[in-house]
Amino acid sequence: MNNDRYQLNKELAQMLKGGVIMDVTTPEQAKIAEAAGACAVMALERIPADIRAAGGVSRMSDPAMIKGIQEAVSIPVMAKCRIGHFAEAQILEAIEIDYIDESEVLSPADDVYHIDKTRFRVPFVCGAKNLGEALRRISEGASMIRTKGEPGTGDVVQAVRHMRMIQSEISQLASRRDDELFEEAKRLQVSVELVKYVHDNRKLPVVNFAAGGVATPADAALMMQLGAEGVFVGSGIFKSGNPEKRAQAIVKAVTNYDNPDILAKLSENLGEAMVGINEQEIALLMAERGK
Amino acid sequence: MAVAIIAVQGAFREHGDCLEKLGVDYRFIRTPSDITDDIDRLILPGGESTTQRKLLHELGLFEPIKEFICAGAPVMGTCAGLILLSERISGGDETVFGTLPVSVYRNGYGRQLGSFSAVGNVGVIADYPMRFIRAPFIESVLSDDVEILNVTDNKITAVRFRNQIGLSFHPELTDDTRIHELFLSI
Repeated sequence: MNNDRYQLNKELAQMLKGGVIMDVTTPEQAKIAEAAGACAVMALERIPADIRAAGGVSRMSDPAMIKGIQEAVSIPVMAKCRIGHFAEAQILEAIEIDYIDESEVLSPADDVYHIDKTRFRVPFVCGAKNLGEALRRISEGASMIRTKGEPGTGDVVQAVRHMRMIQSEISQLASRRDDELFEEAKRLQVSVELVKYVHDNRKLPVVNFAAGGVATPADAALMMQLGAEGVFVGSGIFKSGNPEKRAQAIVKAVTNYDNPDILAKLSENLGEAMVGINEQEIALLMAERGK
Repeated sequence: MAVAIIAVQGAFREHGDCLEKLGVDYRFIRTPSDITDDIDRLILPGGESTTQRKLLHELGLFEPIKEFICAGAPVMGTCAGLILLSERISGGDETVFGTLPVSVYRNGYGRQLGSFSAVGNVGVIADYPMRFIRAPFIESVLSDDVEILNVTDNKITAVRFRNQIGLSFHPELTDDTRIHELFLSI
């Protein structure tokens, strides 16, 4: 992948900022998401809550199903491949997906190596729970980062933890002396250049979204105030009582994340939220996949 | 005086950074109460036009902004912003402001793999670096008064009509501020 392609891929993520990317499993859901104001959709066979419930091995979706969603909407369409499964990524590139999520939500295909994303022309987004993970994914070629959170739970606690961790590690790095950056690079297992960028700019070199457990407009506003540049919503919408209304409310909450009067109105009468499961009740921690 | 940048979704901060570099005051517009009397021109940024259209209507911004444009205030739309300004959107999508007499074709270069960069002249500005991200292009102009500023690969990608500038590409993604300066000179 040449530098200009990587730049263009980072720039697409910039265009998604201030927006909500919604998990959808059918063309009908994709249309609901688009009409509700989603800035992109994530096409997948089962939403994370159902993946969690079903157990077993979870894989890339059927390309025919993804194509059906690509035909149904005009906004960007993303899809997930398993961590390390570069053949799945090649297939997604062949059907011209707009963004690949190398995702811990699916069963990892490789417990050592992530995909060498620099070999692809399509962009990748990857999950991270701390600065080291984020920078390692970026050095592998990711052009967008999201928190891992704990997908399919409706519990925002882990997304909050990961966003706070990334932000606080960025501030700590920014306050380091120049001669300490070499040691930081060793500790984070990434190049000094990447560490210098974060040090000098006080931010990641790519866009950073929140993901995992966002279920309400207030959750979305919380993540935005903690520094997210946009939000992924998975199970939270189509596992709730009124997906259409909730989706619209979350979209508006991301735009007006710092306006409590608007957030109060948006949070009214949304029907039943996703029931969710608490962190302590989870048997499988997806965030521990792929470090 | 200040420039209003519509900030409902997309790359609005980047436009702010460009204006900051030029020492120009700006405001991000998210609700009607953000539209203050000191605002004299308007930027519609890149992002997703379907998302922005919906938010403009539902946050009560559509009417005041349309009035502002119709009153002749200088306005610049980039990518999604161009779509919002266009009088006609190919493929049957409903128009939004419809104040710029061109017909625009959404996702004109296909999906992300079709995104590209080019260098070309934009009106009198020579060798401008253009970033096309899932960009639209202008398939036809609907008035003789529309000045074509750039044609890339036989497609119109930049126009000016009176006080309105419409661009398929993203001047806010480059360090080159000449297009923002052109806009500020209107």
